[in-house]
Amino acid sequence: MKPILLSGGTLIDPTQDLNEVGDVFITDGKIVGVGRSIEGPEEADVIDCAGLMVSPGFIDVHCHLREPGREDVETIATGARAAAAGGFTAVCAMPNTDPVTDNQAAVGFIVRQAQRAQSARVYPIGAISVGQEGKALAEFGEMVGAGAVAVSDDGKPVASAQLMRTALEYARTFKIPVIDHCEEPTLSAGGSMNEGIVSAQLGLKGIPAEAEEIMVIRDILLARLTGGHVHLAHMSTKGSVELIRWGKDRGIRVTAEVCPHHLSLTEESVRGYNTNAKMNPPLRTAKDVEALRDGVKDGTIDLIATDHAPHHYDEKEREFADAPNGIVGLETALAVIVTNLVETGHLTFSDLVDRMACTPARIFNLQGGSLKRGAVADVTVFDPKSRWKVDASQFVSKGRNSPYDGMPLVGRATCTIVAGSVVFRSGIPARGREKMNRTRG
Amino acid sequence: MTGTLGKDLLGLESLTGDQIRLILDTAEPFKEISERAIKKVPALRGSTIVNLFFENSTRTRISFEFAEKRLSADTVNVSVAGSSVSKGETLVDTARNLEAMRIDMVVIRHSASGAAQFLAERIQSNVINAGDGTHEHPTQGLLDILTLRDRFGDLKGRRVCICGDILHSRVARSNIWGLTKLGAEVAVCGPRSLLPNAIDEFGVRIFDRVEEAIEWAEALNVLRLQFERMTAGYIPSAREYNRVFGITRERLDRAPRDILILHPGPMNRGVEIDSDVADGPHSVILEQVTNGVAVRMAVLYLLAGGKPELAEAAKGGSGRGREDRE
Repeated sequence: MKPILLSGGTLIDPTQDLNEVGDVFITDGKIVGVGRSIEGPEEADVIDCAGLMVSPGFIDVHCHLREPGREDVETIATGARAAAAGGFTAVCAMPNTDPVTDNQAAVGFIVRQAQRAQSARVYPIGAISVGQEGKALAEFGEMVGAGAVAVSDDGKPVASAQLMRTALEYARTFKIPVIDHCEEPTLSAGGSMNEGIVSAQLGLKGIPAEAEEIMVIRDILLARLTGGHVHLAHMSTKGSVELIRWGKDRGIRVTAEVCPHHLSLTEESVRGYNTNAKMNPPLRTAKDVEALRDGVKDGTIDLIATDHAPHHYDEKEREFADAPNGIVGLETALAVIVTNLVETGHLTFSDLVDRMACTPARIFNLQGGSLKRGAVADVTVFDPKSRWKVDASQFVSKGRNSPYDGMPLVGRATCTIVAGSVVFRSGIPARGREKMNRTRG
Repeated sequence: MTGTLGKDLLGLESLTGDQIRLILDTAEPFKEISERAIKKVPALRGSTIVNLFFENSTRTRISFEFAEKRLSADTVNVSVAGSSVSKGETLVDTARNLEAMRIDMVVIRHSASGAAQFLAERIQSNVINAGDGTHEHPTQGLLDILTLRDRFGDLKGRRVCICGDILHSRVARSNIWGLTKLGAEVAVCGPRSLLPNAIDEFGVRIFDRVEEAIEWAEALNVLRLQFERMTAGYIPSAREYNRVFGITRERLDRAPRDILILHPGPMNRGVEIDSDVADGPHSVILEQVTNGVAVRMAVLYLLAGGKPELAEAAKGGSGRGREDRE
């Protein structure tokens, strides 16, 4: 493995209050030098980062890689490469696969597939309940032993308060967060978008904000009861932000994430029955977007995660109520955040790096998330000013279902380094290149 | 090949007041055709129209079919039970296959909101929405409005209350859009569990009690109560619905004025409306049905590119309306 010298970029690392021009020297998979005018050895691969930003690699704690079960829409390999292309050095894969990732063998399969992909790291998340059926607790201990970093029944809420309580208690032994998809199922049943004026006009059954908020406060109270760590997935409403703030003010162990789409789009995007604006939780109102932006700024919402959810275009090309939920997000997340939060003054680049790299690593207890000397060399280089137009047909992901298709955005990853190896560089991933060309034809 | 309405009629939300008036004005001369012994003019001779019904419908389908036949179009009825849709074909494939047969228009009824727009965006043919889910049913809205206009003349400032299940009613949405655009004052009345939570933002008056609605309104459009609303738990029973929200002779007798009674049908007599009201002197329910054919003829004629000012000539049998656009 050749040493790498990232030369002359703006180094952004909130873990050491770094925001200045400098070099990063990487050798043997570790960061060995950070500072000005580092002289690398002759054989080092020097990457000119002038005008670019260099940060700890982004970590997405919430994505759906569809393998096993739906390899036609994404695989661990294509998902990991899409992640790398978006500047992510690691992603956490949700367990709602087919079969469900609810045992050590299934977790081990994901770990092995990720190793074979040799791209961004992929950490499995195990199911909370066997088959995600919301009944019997899955074997957390064995799954953690096989490589799981958290548990979740994501895609489905944990409807039973008793099961959620037990999961929070039991997970304490293994020091992993329990991730909940907050949705009160009887209130949301049959809904396909936010409940409000737009759903009323379009004649679509709505999902009220309260369907999320009821579960948010339930989970916060159960975290208080159990002392367990609850992590709330894809928060979408103003009320949720207020409830999380209430919980944090009381020292309850609650953390939360928000997706780029909930920070940038509203229910108005659904008009015209646009199935690429259909996701769960649904896009909400401008007030919710504003509250979520404030929440991610002041730290009430800890981190940004994509909820990357590829679907086959046939499945999205249908009647709105029947189309599946979800959009792809790995390759647009950075640009959506730069365009909608940094350029608008809500976040600084340091905040962005904190919410997309440092905090995910800290909360999920993952390697990376820092450029400190001795840290693992998971690094993202991105161009904060690059203007580009999203073309979903060019995504590395197999998914094309993006509401941002055709939209002009600012900010783009130019180089992604995992454990000291370049896995993506300006436009095309360094690895898996041949395969890419083949599938493009 | 688009007239002043554009390619499709998907809803009244997207129409202007002038466009709605154009359809109503065009419907006027077409009313007379249905009164003739030979109820046929050649305005759409040579046009192929598919009535694509994914949901059961008797009245709307027959009304469209009469409208098409009285304009001399060739029509094919496709209903879901006998089509390949039941074999799992997607709506987009159905659409492409119809298009490949070089049809001119599709009238679609579908249980999914947005289905008509979905189809319209994918085929060149004109698309007419004959009811999509709980979204819109524009020709029903138009025929309701035509019926009101027959009695009231200008609708500006006229007070119309829509009663019943607004939440699930495409008829209600089309009426609210259409009436509002023509300057009428619109109200809704029904149990709150059957009103959209965002009804406040529709710009309509809301009555919780039907007695208040009757005191205010000059016309009531009484919606059918679907029985599945009871099983889904929106309201407790049909009996209580009739007692609290039913349009009864007793309630109407206390009104300060005569109130015009509309119902899009089919009626549940003794539930949302009592028989002596439905059959009473102020009921215009059968006029609605008659007007339905004329309104649909007008929509078909205009979408096919017929010139509104030639509707009179078209009905005279010259067929010029259709040919002039070419």
